[in-house]
Amino acid sequence: MSDNTTAASPGVTGAVIAPDQGPEPRVMVRAGGAWALLVSELTVLFRRRRTWALLLALAAVPVLIAVAVRLSSQDPTPGRGPPFLDQVTQNGLFVAVTGLIVSIPLFLPLTVGVVAGDTIAGEAALGTLRYLLVAPAGRVWLLVVKFIGAAVFCLAATVTVVTAGVLAGLALFPIGPLTLLSGDTISLAESFLRALLIAGYVTVSLLGLSAIGLFFSTLTVVPVGAMAATIVLSVVAQVLDSLPQLEWLHPWLFSHYWLDFADLLRQPVDFSSFGANALLQGGYLLVFGALAYGRFLTKDILS
Amino acid sequence: MSAGARAGDLAIETRALTKRFGHQVAVDAIDLAVPMGSVFGFLGPNGSGKTTSIRVMLGLAAATSGAVTLLGESMPGRLSRVLPRVGALVEGPAFYPFLSGAANLRRLDSADRAAPGRSRSARVDRALERVGLSNAAGKKVSAYSLGMKQRLGIANALLMPRRLLVLDEPTNGLDPQGTREVRALVRSLAGEGTTVFVSSHLLAEVEHMCTHAAIMSAGRLVAQGTLDELRAGESRVRVRTPDAAATMRVLAAAGLTAAVEPTPDDLGDRAGATVADAWVSAPASAVAPEALVAALVGGGVRVRGFEVQNTSLEDRFVALTGEGFDVVR
Repeated sequence: MSDNTTAASPGVTGAVIAPDQGPEPRVMVRAGGAWALLVSELTVLFRRRRTWALLLALAAVPVLIAVAVRLSSQDPTPGRGPPFLDQVTQNGLFVAVTGLIVSIPLFLPLTVGVVAGDTIAGEAALGTLRYLLVAPAGRVWLLVVKFIGAAVFCLAATVTVVTAGVLAGLALFPIGPLTLLSGDTISLAESFLRALLIAGYVTVSLLGLSAIGLFFSTLTVVPVGAMAATIVLSVVAQVLDSLPQLEWLHPWLFSHYWLDFADLLRQPVDFSSFGANALLQGGYLLVFGALAYGRFLTKDILS
Repeated sequence: MSAGARAGDLAIETRALTKRFGHQVAVDAIDLAVPMGSVFGFLGPNGSGKTTSIRVMLGLAAATSGAVTLLGESMPGRLSRVLPRVGALVEGPAFYPFLSGAANLRRLDSADRAAPGRSRSARVDRALERVGLSNAAGKKVSAYSLGMKQRLGIANALLMPRRLLVLDEPTNGLDPQGTREVRALVRSLAGEGTTVFVSSHLLAEVEHMCTHAAIMSAGRLVAQGTLDELRAGESRVRVRTPDAAATMRVLAAAGLTAAVEPTPDDLGDRAGATVADAWVSAPASAVAPEALVAALVGGGVRVRGFEVQNTSLEDRFVALTGEGFDVVR
């Protein structure tokens, strides 16, 4: 990496002063200079005690499920409780799947809402937003960094649930080759792969909500407001999704495909719901990303 | 002055800069001219528009109308090119309370694309040392006192070599020792050729540190120039004499508008003066005092006392911004 490379550095707008401009101190922009903020953002995110508290709370969900099933005298009846719960005693890997299903409607959107709602508003409330911008971080790049941070948290959150579920399953139940919904049986190694695939699906599912949270976060300097709005919206979307009278609206709701990852438990893997979900989330990302961009680029930073 | 700063170059220039919030005009068509290499005091009572002006200059808020030029580049268009050369403390320090002082500086430094990552830790250490915070570098900012946060804020402005420092109320919350240190720091930075733009509502601070100043009042720029120019603007002569009418004539001939001062009620103040003595005073910045005395004596005036009053910056400040304690807007 050479010192005066400007190309391929995101958001850099040619901030190199040519040497022939006299004895001005030369402002060098190194490729990778912009990435420092992203690294810093992720470091700060995962150094916060709050982030760890959120992840711990998520990890507790599959652990509680596993412990409750293990301690109850009778096996869960099929058709009662969350899907896959009755499979848990046969194969511990289903703890992870059940854990995700239980977390998706509320716990995951809650934690994602907290992180995404905090992105810009949290910096504004601390006052650090003005110092990041006069550094100068660049408003567009800061938004991108903040969204990537929220997306990485989504991934961390789902991987936490899956990992805690797998570990709890390993500890409390027999684990072996997995019988899929299609009746096929896959090896243990492949079932871990499927578990990660599901984690990926759920992560993608949460990107639309993250973009919404990012947009709300540019509207206020009160992070709790943006967090609450994001979480409330995720609940509203799910309520609307459950009303048959609004069927025309359902495919447009960002929560519509949240629980449709069962296709990933078939052989061969059916990626159609994954694709539809990714397309929908991408649409939300574009729309709310553009709104956040439009709002944040012209916003007067008065906090 | 640093190499490359040509005489007459301006570090900050605003032309008819205006910022309106709804119907309220926070900054009203100000034309600031901050020369390169100066230590420039930006004075004004609370709520006079100082911080809003600074926010607009640094591209944090958009001007309603008017133009800003920083270090010869127009803002906010060339923001990414200008701001790496500008260090700023805007409306008090702000940090992540859950990070240490050093970690906070590293975080804010990483936002500056022009700041090389390799030297980051060394630069952070040097900045902390410069503001006397080396011993508290590893402490979480939530445990910092207000004065320590203020110092950390100044350290943040010093992370990179800067051409221009914008310091908004830099001595806020500092003890007298800290205030002296900040003054010394500003002087040493100015000695290195950095232009320092300091906003303050404390006159003493500006008189101690600055070479130039501007005075804001209710969103308008009411005066600016070197400190001497600002003080000299209102110098007055006072003549103690029994010949008030003759004095007035002579002073009027010299082009001054003179007036007989009303006799104060407390006679002790004028001890030694005969009842017939009067004080005649006139604003006299344009005329040399010795020429006036010669003219008075030549005109047959019995001069029993003569004094030249250079108004302090404080008199000037109060004259321009009003005496009242209330926030104007």
